[in-house]
Amino acid sequence: MKFWMTGLFGAMVAGGVWTVLWHVIISILAVLMWGIPVSLQIASTLIAGMLAGAFVVSKYPRKGYTYNLLGLTITAFLILIFTFGQPFKFSTEMIDWKAHLLLFLHVGFSWWCITSVVKDIKIGQNQKYLIEKFYLNLLWGLGLIIFLLIVFVPFYIMIVTSLKSQQSLLLNPLDLSVDFRAGYSKLFGSYIELFTEYNFLTYLLNSFLVSISTVAITLIFSIPGAYAVSRLRFPGRKWFSGSILTIYLIPAIVLVIPLYALFSQIGLRNSLLGLCVVYPATTIPVALYMLQGYFSSLPRELDDAALIDGLSRAQIITKIALPLSMPAIASVSLYVFMIAWNEFLFAFMFLDDVNLFTLSRGIVSLDSSEVPRQHLMAGSVVATIPVLIIFLWFERYLVSGLTTGSVKG
Amino acid sequence: MENRSSQINAGALVRRERRLAYKLLLPTFLLVLGVVLFPLFANFWISFKPVLLADLRSPELSIREKVLSASETKSDIVRLEYRYRNPSKKYNLTEVKFDDRVPDGASVQEVDPRCKIKVDLMPRVISCELGALEPKARGRVAVTLAFYEPVLARQLLLKTKPEASFQTKNVLTSFEFTLSNYFKLFSSAEFWNVLKITIYYTVFGTAGALLMGLFAAQIMRSVFPGRAIVRGFLLFPYVAPVIAVAFSWVVLFDPFSGVINHLLIEMGEIKQPINFFGQRTVEVELFGHKFNLPLALSMVILFEIWRYFPLSFLFILARMQSIPKDVYEAAEMDGASPLQQFWFLSLPNIVGILAILFLLRFIWTFNKFDDIFLLTGGNAGTRTLTVNVYEQAFAVSNLGAGAAVASVVFAILLSVSGIFIYFLPKDHG
Repeated sequence: MKFWMTGLFGAMVAGGVWTVLWHVIISILAVLMWGIPVSLQIASTLIAGMLAGAFVVSKYPRKGYTYNLLGLTITAFLILIFTFGQPFKFSTEMIDWKAHLLLFLHVGFSWWCITSVVKDIKIGQNQKYLIEKFYLNLLWGLGLIIFLLIVFVPFYIMIVTSLKSQQSLLLNPLDLSVDFRAGYSKLFGSYIELFTEYNFLTYLLNSFLVSISTVAITLIFSIPGAYAVSRLRFPGRKWFSGSILTIYLIPAIVLVIPLYALFSQIGLRNSLLGLCVVYPATTIPVALYMLQGYFSSLPRELDDAALIDGLSRAQIITKIALPLSMPAIASVSLYVFMIAWNEFLFAFMFLDDVNLFTLSRGIVSLDSSEVPRQHLMAGSVVATIPVLIIFLWFERYLVSGLTTGSVKG
Repeated sequence: MENRSSQINAGALVRRERRLAYKLLLPTFLLVLGVVLFPLFANFWISFKPVLLADLRSPELSIREKVLSASETKSDIVRLEYRYRNPSKKYNLTEVKFDDRVPDGASVQEVDPRCKIKVDLMPRVISCELGALEPKARGRVAVTLAFYEPVLARQLLLKTKPEASFQTKNVLTSFEFTLSNYFKLFSSAEFWNVLKITIYYTVFGTAGALLMGLFAAQIMRSVFPGRAIVRGFLLFPYVAPVIAVAFSWVVLFDPFSGVINHLLIEMGEIKQPINFFGQRTVEVELFGHKFNLPLALSMVILFEIWRYFPLSFLFILARMQSIPKDVYEAAEMDGASPLQQFWFLSLPNIVGILAILFLLRFIWTFNKFDDIFLLTGGNAGTRTLTVNVYEQAFAVSNLGAGAAVASVVFAILLSVSGIFIYFLPKDHG
């Protein structure tokens, strides 16, 4: 008999893990909501949770009001006993209802998670299949919550900080609620200031200009190229389609010094045109690769028929290949737009003139001790929103673009 | 006969197709050549040169010759003046000198003490050494010429143009090479430390992002309500601009106003705020053993994992979903446990994509500059090779040294990918 295959052990692990996790999450929420110091009691909640888990697995059948009510009460008691009546150790006196609410949430969430994982595990020895499924379910739930949290927190901080005033940030950095009563002009104060005093409208327009030009140039260069590689026979075709992607692996940092030197000499450095030359050169290889794959999947007979009907190759590209490959072109465009929009290194190196800054470059200039943090975050939100809108709107296209081409990071 | 002509036509068609293909690919080829391949070569070129950032502007000396005597009338005594100027706002010119021919039929009567007359040369030459010139500095050199016959002074100016020379700092295009950049690089202790940090960062960042991606893909494989939304949400860190997410991490972990520090203090976990991105090491006690954790480096690696796990997740999920469902059903019938299913079914199917992802992520993590630069600026023990390129080239303003580091980056990259590709499972490549 292996101890880890018994339902008792499994349920105790699940109970301990879930109770501690919710204890931590709810304590943090309490600190954030009310700004009251709470100290964690990991060991106590762990023991309480393990016993609660043992209770869950000992009873059968595991449904019905009485079972759940009994379980909830027992869990609450266990937590109360092991934390010596103070499930959330506040360092200051605390109004009762808040403590009750926290306990209620803690017990409820823990109980729900434990029961939905334990389900129909036997208290004794279980089949290998069932017990493995049980542990994986436990991991699944934990993983999902942790992933959601770690992705959510930085973005939430970004948004909330951008909506704060300098005073409230200094007064209580832990207050992460958004005060909607303050009025829009105060709420969006940082944004208004960015656009009126920090030139952000220009940055935004520059970013759009550079990104859209990059998309256009990339498509103009890569569509004919991709067509040639996928349809026309010429010596070196295999070599070309194979090696074009390696261009993509050349680090930008290796190119930046010579390009800086060269562009300084020919006057392209401090200009948006310079960026519009560099960005397509880095995106064309992957665009060509993606489009080439798509063109190859179109039936060749279409081209042959069109040739017999007297169309030229140029006409075939514009009248047959292009309309048929709109989905691929959409995903390439979005992908290239995103790369150009997010690009930082070259914008940072090349642009000196405030009127030419793109958003990336403009936000870096906000990173100083003289500019308040909420402006920096507001700038970050401004830069993030267009990309996220595009991403959410066209997720289907973008995901296919990401998986075929995004070796770049 | 007819057969032959059709063959010739076919040959012409093939040629035409070939020409068209080259024409269509030419623009791409030229752009890539100009913006990627040429700079790649130029980087090696620069790495063998003692080039400083200041050398980028090519210096010059502007010099004009002016006749002080009346130019319309003929005379035998002509007073000339050379007016020179360093037009640069920043750069000194050193060893400035200029030569000018003494016109035929004239002797130098009086000359500025900085000048010498080289009599052994025919025609004779006035050679003036002006020494060093500060930025924007200007000056004059006066010469009085005595002619054997009266001349029209204006004509003299056309004949004789002063030839200026000075120590040029523009070494970019010269053929002087030096290995000193590399010598300095490899002999400094800092370089080996930087290399070590780069390897830590790359290996842990890549492996971490891959493992997290695998975990996330496993989670997202099962069907649950809201799965499509969660999948899109998990990709946020990857699609958002690096600048935005990097700064939100900086704000989140800020020692003074950051939420994490305040939270830890309020909960009594720490006494003093921790400067997560600015502190080199922190002493950690784990199972009774005390050891020093490189804090800033770990934070940067965590950021790397956080930002790039979505990519691995996306690839691995796509690969997993392409495995036919009935394989799993059959395994289930045969009594394979979930772990066995993962180990014997999923893993062999995704090992190819894992290898490719590892290669790509390894290369790109190795190449990564933005993330570390924005998070720590390369301080507190997080300086990787790429940050060092920037540091050398633009902070220390030594382009040559920066280019040398960049060359090392490229060389390591090339050899690592060579090794990887050699060992890569061939059927998935």
